[in-house]
Amino acid sequence: MDYMDTTGRVFDIQRYSIHDGPGIRTIVFLKGCVLRCRWCCNPESQEYRIQTMMVQGVEKTIGRDVTVREMLAEVEQDRPYYSRSGGGMTLSGGECLCQPEFTAALLRAAKEHGINTAIESMACASWEKIEAILPWLDRYLMDIKHMNGAKHKEFTGRDNALMLENARKVALSGQTELIIRVPVIPTFNDSVEEIQAIARFAATLPGVRKIHLLPYHRLGQDKYDGLGREYLMKEILPPTAEHMDTLKKAVHAVCGLDCQIGG
Amino acid sequence: MEAFHISDIPKTERITKLIDDLFANMPVIESARAKLVTESYKETEGEPIITRRAKAFAHILRYIPITIRDQELIVGSSTLAPRGCQTFPEYSYEWLEAEFDTVATRAADPFYIAEETKAELREVHKYWKGKTTSELASAYMAPEAARAIEHSIFTPGNYYYNGIGHITVKYWEMLEIGCEGIIEKTKAELAACRVGDGDYAKKSSFLQAVILSCQAVMEYASRYAALAREMAGQCTDPVRRQELLTIAANCDRVPAKGARGFYEACQSFWFVQQLLQMESSGHSISPGRFDQYMYPYYKKDIEQGKITREFAQELMDCVWVKLNDLNKCRDGVSAEGFAGYSLFQNLIAGGQDENGEDATNDLSFMCIQASKHVHLPQPSFSIRVWNGSPHEFLIKAAELTRTGLGQPAYYNDEVIIPSLQNRGLTLEEARDYCIIGCVEPQKAGRTDGWHDAAFFNMCRPLELVFSNGWDKGELVGIETGDVTKMETFEEFCDAYKKQMDYCISLLVNADNAIDVAHAERCPLPFESCLVDDCLKSGKSLQEGGARYNFTGPQGFGIANIADSFYAIRTLVYEQKKITMQELKEALAWNYGKGLDERSAADLTTTILREALASGQKVDANMAETVLRTVLNTKPEPAKLARYEEIHSLIEAVPKYGNNIPEVDQLAREMAYYYTKPVQTFRNPRGGWYQAGLYPVSANVPLGAQTGATPDGRYAHTPVADGVSPSAGRDVKGPTAAASSVARLDHFIVSNGTLFNQKFHPSALSGREGLEKFVALIRGFFDQKGMHMQFNVVSRETLLDAQEHPENYKQLVVRVAGYSALFTTLSRSLQDDIINRTEQGF
Repeated sequence: MDYMDTTGRVFDIQRYSIHDGPGIRTIVFLKGCVLRCRWCCNPESQEYRIQTMMVQGVEKTIGRDVTVREMLAEVEQDRPYYSRSGGGMTLSGGECLCQPEFTAALLRAAKEHGINTAIESMACASWEKIEAILPWLDRYLMDIKHMNGAKHKEFTGRDNALMLENARKVALSGQTELIIRVPVIPTFNDSVEEIQAIARFAATLPGVRKIHLLPYHRLGQDKYDGLGREYLMKEILPPTAEHMDTLKKAVHAVCGLDCQIGG
Repeated sequence: MEAFHISDIPKTERITKLIDDLFANMPVIESARAKLVTESYKETEGEPIITRRAKAFAHILRYIPITIRDQELIVGSSTLAPRGCQTFPEYSYEWLEAEFDTVATRAADPFYIAEETKAELREVHKYWKGKTTSELASAYMAPEAARAIEHSIFTPGNYYYNGIGHITVKYWEMLEIGCEGIIEKTKAELAACRVGDGDYAKKSSFLQAVILSCQAVMEYASRYAALAREMAGQCTDPVRRQELLTIAANCDRVPAKGARGFYEACQSFWFVQQLLQMESSGHSISPGRFDQYMYPYYKKDIEQGKITREFAQELMDCVWVKLNDLNKCRDGVSAEGFAGYSLFQNLIAGGQDENGEDATNDLSFMCIQASKHVHLPQPSFSIRVWNGSPHEFLIKAAELTRTGLGQPAYYNDEVIIPSLQNRGLTLEEARDYCIIGCVEPQKAGRTDGWHDAAFFNMCRPLELVFSNGWDKGELVGIETGDVTKMETFEEFCDAYKKQMDYCISLLVNADNAIDVAHAERCPLPFESCLVDDCLKSGKSLQEGGARYNFTGPQGFGIANIADSFYAIRTLVYEQKKITMQELKEALAWNYGKGLDERSAADLTTTILREALASGQKVDANMAETVLRTVLNTKPEPAKLARYEEIHSLIEAVPKYGNNIPEVDQLAREMAYYYTKPVQTFRNPRGGWYQAGLYPVSANVPLGAQTGATPDGRYAHTPVADGVSPSAGRDVKGPTAAASSVARLDHFIVSNGTLFNQKFHPSALSGREGLEKFVALIRGFFDQKGMHMQFNVVSRETLLDAQEHPENYKQLVVRVAGYSALFTTLSRSLQDDIINRTEQGF
């Protein structure tokens, strides 16, 4: 089979995305995730099956199956803006590594058509799957949410050991630019100590120079209602700008990484 | 000297004070000019019109009260009250008299008018009955064209009731040789006239009128010199006294003679800019490439150490403030169409020089700085962009966009230059273009563009297809047959084409009638002397004296038309999910929403007219009965449900603005239905018509005159803005919308296109945000878009939207990659977004 005919399941396309990688980007959101993070702003991404969600009072089907060829045609539409901004395609989710063949084929298709590639991913997959995509990947935006395995498991449903191991392997491969991203979630990981622990780890990864702190936001809250699910973090407020600044300074205090707030 | 500096220059306290004073009160209507022009006209009856115009101009400038406002460095005010306006009864006055009692309380652009002023104007107006350009235009207009105006197919209100304006003159010539130099040139032309020449009578009286006008301008400046000196004599503050003495010296020198330095050049520029707007009531008198023609004076002063960048900036800021001191009262309907007291004095920075090299200089950056400092609607500030534009220049411009001012507008040299060459301009002239008014390109000092000649509502001829040419009981279009019997999409398109062609010819008739009226009644000697080749040809601009003459009426509603035709092709002709009969009924019933008051009134008019035509007697009682019957008529429930269903079917069809090739391609073709016929017509000044596609803000009031359209738009709601997608229909974000817009043929639309985008400030946050924003503009321009401007939603807007959600149903905010209709979010999420707005900087 031509790799361009590989099919995958996506649930959204976001064009003119300017916070997820260099330049103007098109984000392809893949359906299905290994984790169940309590704060997840894309709860409709978690299950692989096609679902319906109420959006502003109207039922909406979440998820559609597409070929790489079809997806690439959509991504191609913003080529004039990629070339002016150094942008390209970012795969997000969900966890794109839950659909490894599709992810690899789509990244390859983009690269072969001269489009810059990135993924937003937790690296929660077997190393073989990750290794297979690295030749086609310009930038890996890797989530590291917590250094404590137990707490990680409590809030996301999984231990963090595999992800931390994969982070090191990706870094050692030298095949892609690795950037560490930390969603800053009050009551989970927003203390100076917790953030500094992640920063210290990130600083030990060869080649890593940047760390992004992404402040928690509640913009996905309505989607929980739309899916008939309860949002467990209703009472949690986003971190203040001052607190984010404190965390940024805390990162700088323990490592030489370039730290920025937001993507 | 470096090509340019990019560092910011601080704003002085003077500028803050000048702005505070300017906006302290509601603008006022003054009667001085109206009285003076009338006095003069009474004394010159029987003389050639051009002579009368010059004498009236001179009489006004000799006697109109003058003032120097506190702390001003650049002087020359057309009214005693800041931001006041004079009136121009020679163009029209009836609307003003009719609106005397509402002009202060209307929603759009109110003006205060004193009882005494009303009395004075009423007295003056008696003289003008039958003498205005407006009345003469009506007399020249074909009855069917007048009827089309009455039925809101198009509206040529701008020039029907006011002066033309819409020009950039040779400011540089005034700066260089002054009025004396121009008089000398004029005298030379005069000397070359021989009494036996066939054109001697007209040419010699025109040239004499130019001399008289230039002398009047010199005299006016002398009055300011004397006033400044007098004020200096009484001034106790030594700093201000010195400033006043400098002002006096400047006014002694310019614009009589050439400017010797930057300060004199600014003052000379200002007198030209102000007095062009004293001579006639035309708006969009545009400074054009200020950064280019002012630069030699700036450069010389800087090199000789005569001026600092800081002081030059303060002078420019003063000029910017003065541009807001001029004002114009329009009739109520036009005021809605041009809302915001705008005079559309377009000033443009950057771009190529006539040899095709980048012309960005220090002043280009200082123009951006001035707009940042004053943060006012005037000048309408524009930026020229081409492949060679310095990146930093665009970043600075983007910073200005981010402030939420709605400026600058960005223009693409790569499209505009060839589009003007296609109209006969030389390559050098085209490269030197500037922008007039809203979005209209022209070569300054050689063009009478008559831009903005009419608003043409592209949706109305489509309504005429459905009504077989009839509207409110009258035949307005042509009879193209029963729409329900049109078997093919091509047949349907052909009917629209016929309606369009006919309506466009009516528009041309109306514009040409107005054009001739201006030539006969209001030729403008002062404006004409600053445009090539008026002196040589001995003709005023209004009589065709310019080298390039155009008439540029603008169509709007392209998005509605594209979406309508796409929906009809898909649902009626291809999928056959709706019959044309059903669609016709659904439109008449406003997709089941029923008849609103306007539709009921329209239908009543239709019935009464038909009754009259069949010989019945119609009286008030009958009218009331019919109206009541109409208002109470409802379709049966099954039909109602079907109309709503039709609306949902239409909603589900793809729409223009989402980068869908088939839809966008149709939009491109539909735009040709307007742009191609327009360019086949000629105007009385010997030039051609050229189309624009932009609505100013007329898409709202003129949308209110338009019934439901087959794109799912409900009756009497706004029509789409410019070439932008219909509000809320572009759901794939700014890049997709821009790519759709770029798929129109902008090269043929040489009178300008207008593309608006709305942004949340966080999209422009930080250097990164600016970089990506600039890349968006570049990406759009690479695809051959012509113009782009942005509304950045401010924190204030968001707060207001929380309080008045009904006014912000379409407000989309994009935060961290999310797009949402702001008013549908919960209060606390809205608060989050508002807080993020602050973090955006």
